[in-house]
Amino acid sequence: MVKDMRTYLVKVVIENKASARDPEGETILKDLLIKGGYKKIKAVRTAKLLKIWVEAENDKEAKEMVSKLCNELRIYNPVAHTCSINAKENKN
Amino acid sequence: MRVAIIQFPGSNCDFDTLHVLNKVMNVRANLVWHKCDDLKDYDAVILPGGFSYGDRLRAGIIAAYSPVMREVRRMAKDGYPILGICNGFQILIESGLLPGALLRNSSLKFICKWVNLSVISNKAIFTHKIKKNHLLRMPIAHNEGRYFIEEDDLKELYKRDQIVLKYADEHGKISERSNPNGSIDNIAGICNYEGNVFGLMPHPERASEKLLSPFDSDDGKMIFSSMIEYAKER
Repeated sequence: MVKDMRTYLVKVVIENKASARDPEGETILKDLLIKGGYKKIKAVRTAKLLKIWVEAENDKEAKEMVSKLCNELRIYNPVAHTCSINAKENKN
Repeated sequence: MRVAIIQFPGSNCDFDTLHVLNKVMNVRANLVWHKCDDLKDYDAVILPGGFSYGDRLRAGIIAAYSPVMREVRRMAKDGYPILGICNGFQILIESGLLPGALLRNSSLKFICKWVNLSVISNKAIFTHKIKKNHLLRMPIAHNEGRYFIEEDDLKELYKRDQIVLKYADEHGKISERSNPNGSIDNIAGICNYEGNVFGLMPHPERASEKLLSPFDSDDGKMIFSSMIEYAKER
C-alpha cells in the first residue's frame, strides 16, 4: 500500500530560558514599546525561528521527526534554551 | 612534542596561534584541517578563535560536528591537553566537552578590548604553573561570550574547582563593572573535571609578545607554557 505522504511546515522556536537574560527583548520593551507609549506591555522575549518543511504521513510524525533532530543535533543548547515545536500541513 | 591547531572554515586566529607556538614558544605545531580524522601524531590540540561556519545557528555548533572532533573527544578522554580559545571555547561547549552555554554579550555588541583576568583555579593543566589570584592581561574579541549555566550546575563547577578565570579590574577586584559581557559570576574560562580540557574567551595568542601589548605584557605565554610543560612530562 502506498503511504499518503504530505508536506508539513514545522516551526521550531528557540529562546533563552527564563533564568537566562534576554537583553534584546529588554531593549525592545524599554526603549521602543514603553517609550512608544505602550505602557501596558509587561515583557518581551526574543527568539530564533526555524521553519522546516518535511514529508510525513501526519502532523504528529512531522513533529516527532523534527523534535528528534533538534535533540540529536543540539539545534538548541538545553543548558540555556527552551525549544518549542509545532507542525501544520503546508497547503501552498 | 607536537601541537595540532585545528582549522575550521572561518577560523581566523589559526596563524597567530601557529606563530606563537613555533616562534615564541619554540614547539612544533601544525595547522590541521577539520576534516582530518587522525590526530595520533599529536600531543595537544588547540581549537583557535574565529567564526567557524560564520557563527550560523549558534557560534561553534556546526564545527562541533566536524570529523576531527571525534579525535578531539578521544584525546580529551585520554587526558591530552585540549585548549579552546574564543570560538574554540564555543566549539568545546557545543560539543559537550565543557558544560554551560555562551550567549550573546549583554550589550548585544561585538566587544574588542584588553581585560584583566584573575586566576581562580590552577587545577587546569593550562594554569597549573600560575598562582591563584594572579592577574593576567589579555584581549577579548567576541559577540557571543556571555557564559551561562543554571545555578545548581554553577555550584557544582565551584565545588569541583572548574572555574579557571574570571574578569577582574586592574586591582583584581571582581565586580559587575569589570564584567565585559554579562557572564555569570564574571566567568571567562572553565575546565573539565579532569583539568585537561580548558576553554576561555580571551586570546592568549594575542598576548604572548610584549611588542603587541599596550601594557608591555606577555601573559598569554603562561597559558601555553603550562600546557607545554604538562604535555612534555606526560
